Amino acid sequence: MSKKETISRLEKITQDTYKYGFTTDVSAETAPKGLNENVIRFISNKKNEPDWLLDFRLKAYKHWLTMKEPHWAKVSYSPIDYQDLYYYAAPRQKEGPKSLDEVDPKILETYEKLGIPLQEQKMLAGVVAVDAVFDSVSVATTYRARLAEQGIIFCSMSEAVREHPELVKKYLGSVVPYTDNFFACLNSAVFSDGSFVFIPKGVRSPMELSSYFRINARNAGQFERTLIVCEEGAYVSYLEGCTAPQRDENQLHAAVVEIVVLDDAEVKYSTVQNWYPGDKEGKGGIYNFVTKRGLCHNRAKLSWTQVETGSAITWKYPSCVLAGDDSIGEFYSVALTNNYQQADTGTKMIHLGRNTRSTIVSKGISAGHSNQTYRGLVKMGKKAQGGRNFSRCDSLLIGDKCGAHTIPVMESGNLSAQIEHEATTSKISEEQLFYCMSRGLSSEEAVSLIVNGFCKEVMQHLPMEFAIEAGRLIGISLEGSIG
Amino acid sequence: MALLEIKNLCASVGEKEILKDFSLTIEAGSVHAIMGPNGSGKSTLSNVIAGNPAYKITSGSIQFKGKDLLKMTPDERANEGVFLAFQYPVEIPGVSYATFLKQALASKMKYFGEKPLDAVHFIKRLKVRAQALGVTDEMLKRPVNVGFSGGEKKRLETLQMGFLEPDFCILDEMDSGLDIDALKVVSQGVNIMREAHRSFLLITHYQRLLELIEPDVIHIMIDGHIVETGDKTLALRLEEKGYASYR
Repeated sequence: MSKKETISRLEKITQDTYKYGFTTDVSAETAPKGLNENVIRFISNKKNEPDWLLDFRLKAYKHWLTMKEPHWAKVSYSPIDYQDLYYYAAPRQKEGPKSLDEVDPKILETYEKLGIPLQEQKMLAGVVAVDAVFDSVSVATTYRARLAEQGIIFCSMSEAVREHPELVKKYLGSVVPYTDNFFACLNSAVFSDGSFVFIPKGVRSPMELSSYFRINARNAGQFERTLIVCEEGAYVSYLEGCTAPQRDENQLHAAVVEIVVLDDAEVKYSTVQNWYPGDKEGKGGIYNFVTKRGLCHNRAKLSWTQVETGSAITWKYPSCVLAGDDSIGEFYSVALTNNYQQADTGTKMIHLGRNTRSTIVSKGISAGHSNQTYRGLVKMGKKAQGGRNFSRCDSLLIGDKCGAHTIPVMESGNLSAQIEHEATTSKISEEQLFYCMSRGLSSEEAVSLIVNGFCKEVMQHLPMEFAIEAGRLIGISLEGSIG
Repeated sequence: MALLEIKNLCASVGEKEILKDFSLTIEAGSVHAIMGPNGSGKSTLSNVIAGNPAYKITSGSIQFKGKDLLKMTPDERANEGVFLAFQYPVEIPGVSYATFLKQALASKMKYFGEKPLDAVHFIKRLKVRAQALGVTDEMLKRPVNVGFSGGEKKRLETLQMGFLEPDFCILDEMDSGLDIDALKVVSQGVNIMREAHRSFLLITHYQRLLELIEPDVIHIMIDGHIVETGDKTLALRLEEKGYASYR
């Protein structure tokens, strides 16, 4: 069957699907429901991809068929029907609000509480898109020209495949191979878009690069793929923000982020993740199953900072492979769960080179009926002479129906390496609450203030504006967590 | 109308009744002192007025500016003008004094439907008062009550009081753990706040605080209620005789 035939057949199937209850004309923008080789070819075709990329996808798909969904994480959910998802959904013209007036006032209220400026509100509400990945397609990237002057490439993954195939081909899958794990493998087969960043040798990015991810379509999985390459001596700070509208059903989000940090380069990667967490009874919300990993060459530094308040389930371990000598890995994390949210998150620091150093600071806050696990691996390889790690995991409990668990794994392959681990678990005390309230703070303001204080060490690693937004987000996410 | 009127108040912690048929009226612009031995219920009284949920009110009433105080949450009481300077101020790690006070002021302004003060005016307002109490910028950047000496904590409680400009201030054993110099600074901070619309309730064991902050009325509290009320000479007599004669 020729490609053309495939597409027309698939479009017919899609139109059939349309008959089953969709009110807007989505035929051209959505792949048929379910996953098979044809769907992968459809996606690849949609994007006019070169053969090598289609091969990469198909190999991944074939491998994925041999894999089993992992269940070692301390989370529980009903089985995911991978044939009941859409693997490609582009923004649809007729759907979505045209102006702020049409946006759900509740969503706007949330943005207002977050203190997000109007332009950004429009962007998040899907009215205007700037630097945004909307469902599966990267909509726009601003400041391109200014960055291009210095040889910096910041564009969507699809564009990168078209315009810089040699770079994508060289680095895609080099840090997270498609065989890595079930969800990364799925992503490799069906990823539809994401961001691509390339900072050439010796260049410091003059601005922070940011991308907003948003899931809008119903039943659509989002499989974005981000690739950052920072050449020798270069520097970039990258920000990632995530939102999703409220839906009753769960939505799958299985992203892959790969970062290559060459000799003497530095990458700061900050995330504020605010996917829809589900309602108070635990209905709906995003399944956030993400693989993030960076590879550090000699004297390179990679710093992950994350504030995770959203998603029904989070399964995420941003990691550093410290392959080069004297390379540095950092992980600063705040994870906040409320209601029935579940989070199993942490990091992996794989020390391979000599005198490699890593720092882990994790702050977990559990409220409501939520459950949270810190899971970390610090591994010192045989050749990681003089490797050092310091880890600190603090958990804060709000109420008596939530849970916090800490599972740090340490493996040392040589005697000269040092690994330190500290952990605490505490509760917000009645005395603290009363003290704050006696100064005029409402109980919610008091909890928010105390929790922000608890997270301060991590928040200060976020870029200024992001930190303010994240602080407010924590306040909002805690609403209803007290009496 | 009295600023604060407590009538026949009974309150307990757990099973234990601590305030027993306690009554007290405080007019606007006056300074009252309550003296009494350990365990007489002085601190319970201050916590009950401020609304600490650890204490249970079993009967009686408290009117503040003619409103039913017992129906209000602790933050509502604070925003209506009640301030408790804690005997043991509570630590809030990671939250600086400046942030704490900014939030407290913002909450109060929100309560009255006003917009929060911008950063420049806030800092100006805070610094003027901080300097008067010998509170340095460095102290304001440190987390609330973490790693401060007893004297510093009391100075910072006084700063909060001056900053939030309440109408009714309760000073719960302000003098405990203070050397005479610190006591003078804190007392001065209180004295400059004395105004026709503002009242104070000083809770103390000792006469020396009352030499620095001169009260209009002194009450002796024993076993959960007031047993004698008088002018400032009562404290002197008490110093001589002790509490024994009241038991």
